Amino acid sequence: MSDDINVKPGLRESATFDRNTMTEIRRAAETGIYDIRGFGAKRKLPHFDDLLFLGASMSRYPLEGYREKCNTSVTLGTRYAKKPIVLDIPVTIAGMSFGALSANAKEALGRGASLMGTSTTTGDGGMTPEERGQSTKLVYQYLPSRYGMNPDDLRKADAIEVVLGQGAKPGGGGMLLGQKITDRVAKMRTLPMGVDQRSACRHPDWTGPDDLAIKIQELREITDWQVPIYIKVGATRTYYDVKLAVKAGADVIVVDGMQGGTAATQEVFIEHVGIPTLAAIPQAVRALQEMGMHRKVQLIVSGGIRNGADVAKCMALGADAVAIGTAALVALGCNHPKYEEEFKKIGSAAGFYDDYHEGKDPAGISTQDPELMKRLDPVAAGRHLANYLNVLTLEAQTLARACGKNDLRNLEPEDLVALTVESAAMANVPLAGTSWIPGKGF
Amino acid sequence: MKTINLAESTVRDLNQALHDQAIECTEREWEVLEPKGQHNIACGLDQNISVDIKGPTGYFCAGMNKKAHITIHGNAGQGVAENMMSGSVRVKGNASQAAGATAHGGLLVIEGDAGARCGISMKGVDIVVKGSVGHMSCFMGQAGSLVVCGDAGDALGDSLYETHIYVKGEVKSLGADCIAKEMRDEHIEELSELLNRAGVDEDVTAFKRYGTARQLYNFKVDNTAAY
Repeated sequence: MSDDINVKPGLRESATFDRNTMTEIRRAAETGIYDIRGFGAKRKLPHFDDLLFLGASMSRYPLEGYREKCNTSVTLGTRYAKKPIVLDIPVTIAGMSFGALSANAKEALGRGASLMGTSTTTGDGGMTPEERGQSTKLVYQYLPSRYGMNPDDLRKADAIEVVLGQGAKPGGGGMLLGQKITDRVAKMRTLPMGVDQRSACRHPDWTGPDDLAIKIQELREITDWQVPIYIKVGATRTYYDVKLAVKAGADVIVVDGMQGGTAATQEVFIEHVGIPTLAAIPQAVRALQEMGMHRKVQLIVSGGIRNGADVAKCMALGADAVAIGTAALVALGCNHPKYEEEFKKIGSAAGFYDDYHEGKDPAGISTQDPELMKRLDPVAAGRHLANYLNVLTLEAQTLARACGKNDLRNLEPEDLVALTVESAAMANVPLAGTSWIPGKGF
Repeated sequence: MKTINLAESTVRDLNQALHDQAIECTEREWEVLEPKGQHNIACGLDQNISVDIKGPTGYFCAGMNKKAHITIHGNAGQGVAENMMSGSVRVKGNASQAAGATAHGGLLVIEGDAGARCGISMKGVDIVVKGSVGHMSCFMGQAGSLVVCGDAGDALGDSLYETHIYVKGEVKSLGADCIAKEMRDEHIEELSELLNRAGVDEDVTAFKRYGTARQLYNFKVDNTAAY
């Protein structure tokens, strides 16, 4: 930090009390309240950039990059559902609520996902007609708040996701602040306009994995066992959580690492609770393998997925698919530099904006302001999302073919090495240039 | 009347038969024998039918009920009538915790006592309990009414939104932002109508009304001591 051109040579900034830390202390001293923001963890964490693929050469046989097929489709929910959900690409759109996001943004997510033959997911607040109408494959989230929850929408869903937590705030609930509660949002949630809407951290009618098994059976009974039921957990004690989720009867398990985004949570929560996505995947896969359920109960991983390399690395570590949230919003136009001047007016900057809870998003995505919302054309934004999803898929295929794989799900940990000791230990793959996996010997 | 004995049929078979009525209603009256506390009995119904369950039920009986009228001739396990949308559910015995949780509409009558968190996050249902309710009842209640003819446990109506609460007996303690309120004529009228619908004969003037103080509707630093 002290190499900043505006800082006089010789002045040394504290690594412990750097300028961001001091700014936060001053903010806390002035306001008396913790900082709430959106986005995900911003601290540097061991991540997929710390892994590399071992492309084929003499000991492995590659596939021709532009000619030979590499399958990208995946079927989710093969354990119990009469109608498993088939995705053309292994990249899905994570749950984000109408309320946190504008109706246009939700519609755009549906449009983009549908163009690419993949699913999108509702969020707290229920299912909107725009979203259902534009999503050929829609996952309906079953959340503790049960805002907007009703059996008719439940039966319209292509899958149900029971949300126990999310990576940005495992163990925490949510809060949609009053400034985003328009008449429509309020009516969907059966609450007065302008009231802060708390989303509880626990489900109201069950406690613990044994109860959850009965709850899942209830959801299956109501939907006549037609659609898959996912369980989503924030990544913490992932090994145990996945085992319990399998025992509770999940068809699909969604593990969301701490880089996963949120619409509004305390900064201290986002940055200090949970484990990185990279660390969570091997735990989840080991739990599934020990139970003989790997590939039988499918694993979706989310939290910080940005490009096709991240997708391929998740799948090489054993995931069946990934989910994106923050990246999808960026593809729609979130934090776009064309709104730089307006970001400045609200005390932020393009690329830094994370006050989603305030509802003033110049890009018209994380807002309910009618004028701001109009800035997002759901058709064009949906097209952008589809383009981005296509790039993720092409990139992942490129890497898979280089490793000699004709299906993304054939990628395996053996295709990976790590750049750092930490990532080698977390991902359970050798440090590059060695056969050493920390904790496992040579 | 169609009778299904759960000693001979599965809950799955029963629920499928009841769900099929939503498409083509061929039988209005149903009787369920020997439920023996099994879970998820008669959940997800979507037709104006009556279902009499002759015995105790397990978790989530009548969950997400819509239009149907269900009577449990015994005790009900956890989450009876959870997320009910319309219709009615009557429990002749006691109900375990989270009765009527998140329910959006309809009428839930519990002729005995209800456990903890009765009406948690209720969103429009009307609940009438002839006996007492446990702690944290009506926690984060959003809409609808809760009538308690007996006593209420600790922290009644904690973090309440707009649910109306009427209690005849003692309230052990009120939760954050829940206060006693004046019983005006419109409330006496509302309570009379609720008791009448539930078939409960009580003196409405013996009840007290509780509701939200609306001090926690928007997060304020000064309120942190309330949490």
